[in-house]
Amino acid sequence: MFLSLTIRTTFAFLLTGAVALSAAACFGPSSGGGVVGSGGGGGTVRLQGAGATFPNPLYQKWLSEYGKVNTQAQIDYQSVGSGAGIKQIQEQTIDFGASDKPMTDDELKKAPGELLHIPMVLGAVVVTYNLEGVAAPLRFSPDVLADIFLGNIKKWDDARIKADNPGVNLPATDITVVHRTDGSGTTAVFTDYLSKVNPAWKEKVGTGVSVRWPAGQGGKGNEGVTGQVKAQPNTIGYVELAYATPNKLPVALIKNRAGNFVAPTLDAVTAAAAETIADTPEDMRVSITDPAGATVYPIASYTYILLYKDQKDAAKGKALVDFLWWGIHDGTRFTKEPQYPYAPLPAEMVKRVEVKLNSVVSGGKPLRATQ
Amino acid sequence: MSDQQLAAPTPSSTYGAQARTWNWRRALSPTGNAGDAVFRAALFASALVLLLIVAAMIAAIASNSVPSIRAFGFGFLTSREWNPITGNFGALPFIYGTVMSSVLALLISVPLSLGVAVFLVEQAPRRIARPITFLVELLAAIPSVVYGLWGIFVLAPFLREYIQPPLANWFGWLPLFQGTITGIGLMTGGIILAIMITPIISAVVRDVLAAVPMSQREAALALGATRWETTRVVLANGGPGIAGAIILGLGRAIGETMAVTMLIGNRPEISASLFAPSYTIASVLANEFTEASDELYLSALIQLGLILFFVTFVINGAARVLVWSVTRGTSDTARA
Repeated sequence: MFLSLTIRTTFAFLLTGAVALSAAACFGPSSGGGVVGSGGGGGTVRLQGAGATFPNPLYQKWLSEYGKVNTQAQIDYQSVGSGAGIKQIQEQTIDFGASDKPMTDDELKKAPGELLHIPMVLGAVVVTYNLEGVAAPLRFSPDVLADIFLGNIKKWDDARIKADNPGVNLPATDITVVHRTDGSGTTAVFTDYLSKVNPAWKEKVGTGVSVRWPAGQGGKGNEGVTGQVKAQPNTIGYVELAYATPNKLPVALIKNRAGNFVAPTLDAVTAAAAETIADTPEDMRVSITDPAGATVYPIASYTYILLYKDQKDAAKGKALVDFLWWGIHDGTRFTKEPQYPYAPLPAEMVKRVEVKLNSVVSGGKPLRATQ
Repeated sequence: MSDQQLAAPTPSSTYGAQARTWNWRRALSPTGNAGDAVFRAALFASALVLLLIVAAMIAAIASNSVPSIRAFGFGFLTSREWNPITGNFGALPFIYGTVMSSVLALLISVPLSLGVAVFLVEQAPRRIARPITFLVELLAAIPSVVYGLWGIFVLAPFLREYIQPPLANWFGWLPLFQGTITGIGLMTGGIILAIMITPIISAVVRDVLAAVPMSQREAALALGATRWETTRVVLANGGPGIAGAIILGLGRAIGETMAVTMLIGNRPEISASLFAPSYTIASVLANEFTEASDELYLSALIQLGLILFFVTFVINGAARVLVWSVTRGTSDTARA
């Protein structure tokens, strides 16, 4: 009896402990480091962001560098994907989101307040391939590229590929197309480009983060596509410029609207943004694929930070706009380092982003002007 | 005293009487000991928590798939279309890919695992068995992404150069071995799955066989049975355990995501050829979930998760029935 009693009390004790622990686990973080409240002591502000994976390496570099400049702001960024970033900023579970593609009107309507799109840097999508014995970079005109990915051009020695690449010894083998199989901004930019340059693509496939691919096989992520292209001869695929450069993949030259075959350099990408500034709407939601201009690389896009125009918490809002301001100014110097091949915004765009950042308010007061 | 009551064959009328006078104290502890009651309650709570977790998962998945179920109905199961742009979704290619890749994996892995286990338990001298056991268990600890990388850079090129061309040459008249040879596809996905589940199945089967009493073997040998016949007796004795091992392996094959995604080609199409790219439910969930922002799209993906649940149930049940009938057959012949 005595024994059973002690067992019972022990169990009761354990149970109480477990309940208390789980309660602490449930309620602890939300009061400690959530979206509400501007952090505990010392005047530090904690910000949480999430979204696009594409700019993640650069954002992480920025956050560690900015932490040295402004020790008061502690900013975290999680690369969970553009779709998840949009979802979380709509639900206000994070302080800022990030997306490679602008939000649609429907998505904006679901947000409880006015969301701003802040372009931070530019990226590009490059076409990579695995062809033995071909040393010079291949060249593709838009229609040929579309027909390869549509599955209409099936052999590497097709007359139309030959016409773009005079003097290149192309093999008489089947083309294996490799595309991204996970939903991604890279696919959105690439399909957006193909839709603009090829009516058949627009009608049959369309534009999106995931599409119904008419041909080929899918790889997961940039690394998956790269792996499948590298491991299989006679393949063609597309990856982000920021991934292709450090990995030294062969990249194709693409014929732009002016008729020049252009390599995907950072300058050519920034040029694509500069050419389209006049057509960029006030809310910055724009596609800059296939622009005019002699030197532009035609498969490029902005990557955006998403934030609410009216910030609930003035201290957090100010820390956020200050960080973004720093990013488009001082932050651009890191894009010159070879491991961060992102194209900086053209000067005129920087001016427009400054205006945008100055328009962010909290309780009716502009946040930048209060400094 | 109560033990005797339980053991005694009780008439059905007594059952009815017990049901009417439900006694919590007795239900918790048939012996009347308070410590036993607490112990039993704790065990019951653990079992209940597991049930609740499964129920909560099914409830959440089911409620989130409602928009998709409303939009497509039963057509979702038979449609081959998967187009996020137009908002048309169908699950058939994914169900096909999941089932085919798992079946292919089992076809390769089960004989291999049984062979490994029988060799280790029945034939191999201890100093060979130990290192082999160690290596097999090491295989189980390799992360699936490593299998995937190995698959892309070693297995897929190997199949493309040395295995698939002869298959196409000799058996090209079968639809199974037609089409462009790329090394990436259903066959490669199935083989990598087979390699991944072999350590699990063989480790469990080995333990099962080791647990078969030595007297069974001695009896068989004493009756003049050969090594092969003795092994059949041992296998028949371990039947249910072997079935459990296979189901465990199957569970991993169906749910495996990363390695399969890297090798199966991720194309939502049904092709008779083993060379053609295919797609599994787990892969499409992993691939498209993060970027699916549209409600119907998300709901369709979640409904795929629900279907994966059911596919697992159905295949598990079928595997149980199959193995049960097979082992019953062998134990009959073993007895005869």
